[in-house]
Amino acid sequence: MQPTFTSSRILLPVRPWFVVLSLLLALAANFLPTAHWPGMPDWLALVLCFWSIRESRRVGMGWAFVLGLAMDVADGAVLGQHGFAYILLAYTATSLSRRILWFPLAQQALQVLPLLLASQVIQALLRMATGGEFPGWGYFVGPLIATLLWIPATFLLLLPQYQPVDRDENRPL
Amino acid sequence: MAGIDHAPPPFFKRGPAPLALLTFYLAISLALFVVDLRVRSLDLFRQSIALVVDPVQRVAQTPGSLVDHAVAYLEGLQAMREENSQLKRQQLDTAPNLLRLEHLVSENTRLRQLLAVKEREKVDGQVASILYTARDPFSRRIVVDKGQQSGLLAGQPAIDEAGVVGQVTRVFPFSAEVTLITDKDQAVPVQLVRTGQRSVVFGLGNGQLELRYIPANADVQEGDLLVTSGLDGIYLPGFPVARVLSIQRDNAYAFARILCAPLAGVENFGEVMVLNPRPARPAPPPEPTPVAGKAKKRGR
Repeated sequence: MQPTFTSSRILLPVRPWFVVLSLLLALAANFLPTAHWPGMPDWLALVLCFWSIRESRRVGMGWAFVLGLAMDVADGAVLGQHGFAYILLAYTATSLSRRILWFPLAQQALQVLPLLLASQVIQALLRMATGGEFPGWGYFVGPLIATLLWIPATFLLLLPQYQPVDRDENRPL
Repeated sequence: MAGIDHAPPPFFKRGPAPLALLTFYLAISLALFVVDLRVRSLDLFRQSIALVVDPVQRVAQTPGSLVDHAVAYLEGLQAMREENSQLKRQQLDTAPNLLRLEHLVSENTRLRQLLAVKEREKVDGQVASILYTARDPFSRRIVVDKGQQSGLLAGQPAIDEAGVVGQVTRVFPFSAEVTLITDKDQAVPVQLVRTGQRSVVFGLGNGQLELRYIPANADVQEGDLLVTSGLDGIYLPGFPVARVLSIQRDNAYAFARILCAPLAGVENFGEVMVLNPRPARPAPPPEPTPVAGKAKKRGR
């Protein structure tokens, strides 16, 4: 697989343990005290979206559901709130993955923005429909920042798959 | 050897269709959501997930607390000394009252016995330190470091040195969740100290409280102190809750709009005291049966 479909560079196959590790690290990153800072992105949503686009056979709605439950319990939110948003995120990301991967990275980020924003809006709607208070506009800044982080996140998460460029003097190819 | 298998070999093994999976998972999530909100019968499920998530969460909290410790260490002896002397002064300030308290309590019990009034309930509880604020931006809760292990129960009130902080709403094996009085769903029955009027104070969700169901012409002034009335059977009477900030009287409404500020350091970090639950109260007297003649409508 290539970094994008238009790229000529071939990547190594992904290691399954790295996918799981990155998802768990993103979950732990969401538990950091920095999560209270305004405009902090939802790391788990970002990584989940990334892997559902790139490796839709491995990461999908099952992971989204389980990790969503973990987030609900850790946040003290209503059970199923994060799960609902993450499942929709994983589904749309998977079904759009063929299209998104054709674009260069900056345009990929633009395509991911509505997905991340929608997952945040869904959570807000679910909670406000059941009597929660309005969390403030800062709550919707997180996805914008996460969009800006799409390019560094792509490089970071694909790093183990880049193989060294091996030039042989004696062979033209 | 087994015979030829008639089913085609699973070259391309695929699960259910994505749309079917999506419907399935969404249905489960929605069911969980509704059951958790309306029936609240998923506490055991939540506790078992918490057993797995809690260690990760504590590990994630360590860098922050390490920084806090480092800052506290570097702040040094001087600040500590100042604080210490300040605390000593404070203790001296309160000493006269505290020393007389025991005397007053015994006197009060004696007088109450003379008047044949029920004795006041004793205050008892355990100190818990705040671990972190719950990340949920739709509510105001904190998580404290004591749980089922220390015998906490949902419903116990939590106070700090200045007043009521909130109420324990969920209990996990090693931690508990305290909903602050400023949460939008939280209500505390209170009493105005100056006039003795009873009412209920509600959280607004923005760090303030609102005193509701007070008539527009009632005697309420800015700066009035609200204490728990104890009528609910949960909070002991007499704990400070809030101070009246502003009063808007609008003739269009029957009730005044009264905003209050909480007295306790509700949004601060530190330690809280979780009070033991009050003993069960006697059952309320039965409702009087309506008399048939009185139910008639008034004549025109």
